[in-house]
Amino acid sequence: MDTLVRIGCAAGFAGDRADASLPIIAELARHGGPRFLMFETLAERTLALCQLEKRHDSTRGYSPALARMLPVALGPALSAGIRIVGNFGGANPAGAARRIAEWAQAAGFPAARIAVVEGDDLTASIAREELAARETGGALLAGPGEIVAANVYLGAEGIARALDAGADIVVTGRVADPSLALGPLVHAHGWAWNDWARLADGTLAGHLLECGAQVTGGYFADPDVKDVPGFDEVGYPIVEIAASGAMVVTKPAGTGGLVDRRTVTEQILYEVHDPAAYVTPDVVLDVTGVGLAADGPDRVRVAGAAGKPRPATLKATVFLESGLLGEAEISYAGPNARARARLAGETVAERLRKRAPELALRIDLIGVDSVFGNLAAAAEADPPEVRLRVAAQDRDRARVELMLNEVEALYCAGPAGGAGVRRHLTPRLASASCLIERERVAPRVWFVGDAP
Amino acid sequence: MNRGVEVELYRLAYARTGDKGNRLNIAVVCRAPAYYPVLAAELTAARVARLFAPRNPGKVVRYDLPKLSAFNFVLDDVLQGGVNASLGHDGHGKSLSYFLLTARIRVDPALLAAGDATTV
Repeated sequence: MDTLVRIGCAAGFAGDRADASLPIIAELARHGGPRFLMFETLAERTLALCQLEKRHDSTRGYSPALARMLPVALGPALSAGIRIVGNFGGANPAGAARRIAEWAQAAGFPAARIAVVEGDDLTASIAREELAARETGGALLAGPGEIVAANVYLGAEGIARALDAGADIVVTGRVADPSLALGPLVHAHGWAWNDWARLADGTLAGHLLECGAQVTGGYFADPDVKDVPGFDEVGYPIVEIAASGAMVVTKPAGTGGLVDRRTVTEQILYEVHDPAAYVTPDVVLDVTGVGLAADGPDRVRVAGAAGKPRPATLKATVFLESGLLGEAEISYAGPNARARARLAGETVAERLRKRAPELALRIDLIGVDSVFGNLAAAAEADPPEVRLRVAAQDRDRARVELMLNEVEALYCAGPAGGAGVRRHLTPRLASASCLIERERVAPRVWFVGDAP
Repeated sequence: MNRGVEVELYRLAYARTGDKGNRLNIAVVCRAPAYYPVLAAELTAARVARLFAPRNPGKVVRYDLPKLSAFNFVLDDVLQGGVNASLGHDGHGKSLSYFLLTARIRVDPALLAAGDATTV
């Protein structure tokens, strides 16, 4: 009897829904065999923001999703024998693990085994000049700006090792998103690290899971064209996968959303460039031979992935401080709204041209041309409402704040009827990609309670 | 010039974008497999490059996935720097799938009827 492994994914990014795990846990609890709950909560920029937070408080710096998502899932998952794998460690996997240990204790699971996978943070092990020599597609590292974060994408090996050693919960920092699923699969099915065909199947499973609801109707619904039933309670995905690599994508019973040829096809190609060479730390995945077959309601069978040997180098993303991003908006509505919004934008631009000539501005009319910009022809009809948006980036905080103030001042000194000013100031981080030799990277696995 | 009617790509396909830095990919999935040959002929990489010309794409490549009735377009340098550098509010380019779906495609009305009958 072929063992089926079931993996559900309860988060596709740090801002995802905190309660998405509960229907997955309820579904997984109805089955035996190895079952895992995966959380992907660490977009590239999220990790850099974690590093900034850790500078201010060394006990923090884990994914902002951790405290929102994990306490909800922890007790129910552990009760059902479901093991948890997540990259919510962010810049501080050890700190995250300590928080999880506290919650496990409080939930009545003081013996829960919590593993930490580290080794992705390169800031202490690789000098800036060495990173600069390995930068691809640019030369940001040769320029100004302090390094905020430098993390390499680890593969699935550390996760599999942690599960082999009995972890109930595995906390990582930066790992390739599909590796969050491949680690449990290699552990449960005993696949070899050079079995490229199986590693490809597992990586494809992870790729389909890694964005959560994006394979079950999220980032998909389009009324009357791609209708999604029960959209407000979309179920997050579950993949069932056999040791042979045969897999079905589905979702928990009783949830909204849908899984069909369209949702799965769109997600197979999401963020893929050459579909014959999707490079991960574990394997180079080829989806050009993948075919889909319906396998009952909200069940799609996925077959035909191929794998080529893993690359000799690992990708790292380095973030550099690049000042502040300021964004400010104000609305105009009714007759002549577009012309009043345009006058408001010109007014801000003209005043800043004289007062902060170095500041590069972007001025958009939301509702007119802010998204497609000059790709699309301008609409002829006057829109009923227009929102002026002004954005600027600079290392000089005072200059960016001057722009924000100029937009706010439009309330009294700008065109008639200006409404609803909102302003934001956020740190700006430039990103560079580097390729690092595998020998320079060593994943470490340890358990809470053991000496690290 | 082939006869037929001109429709929006939106009538024939679905689309989803993804981003990595300043590189955008747009997956185009045929609403019905019958549309695949039409799009293979009409929606070339050169055509997509022309549609995105105001963004000065460095390179546009089309990858064909006939088993999925889909195409994957990869467009370099069209995200105005990407999510960490663009001053625009869609640095990811998430909305740009719906720009591509406004492309005009000439199609045989009989094929359109056949495709409609088999659309999921």
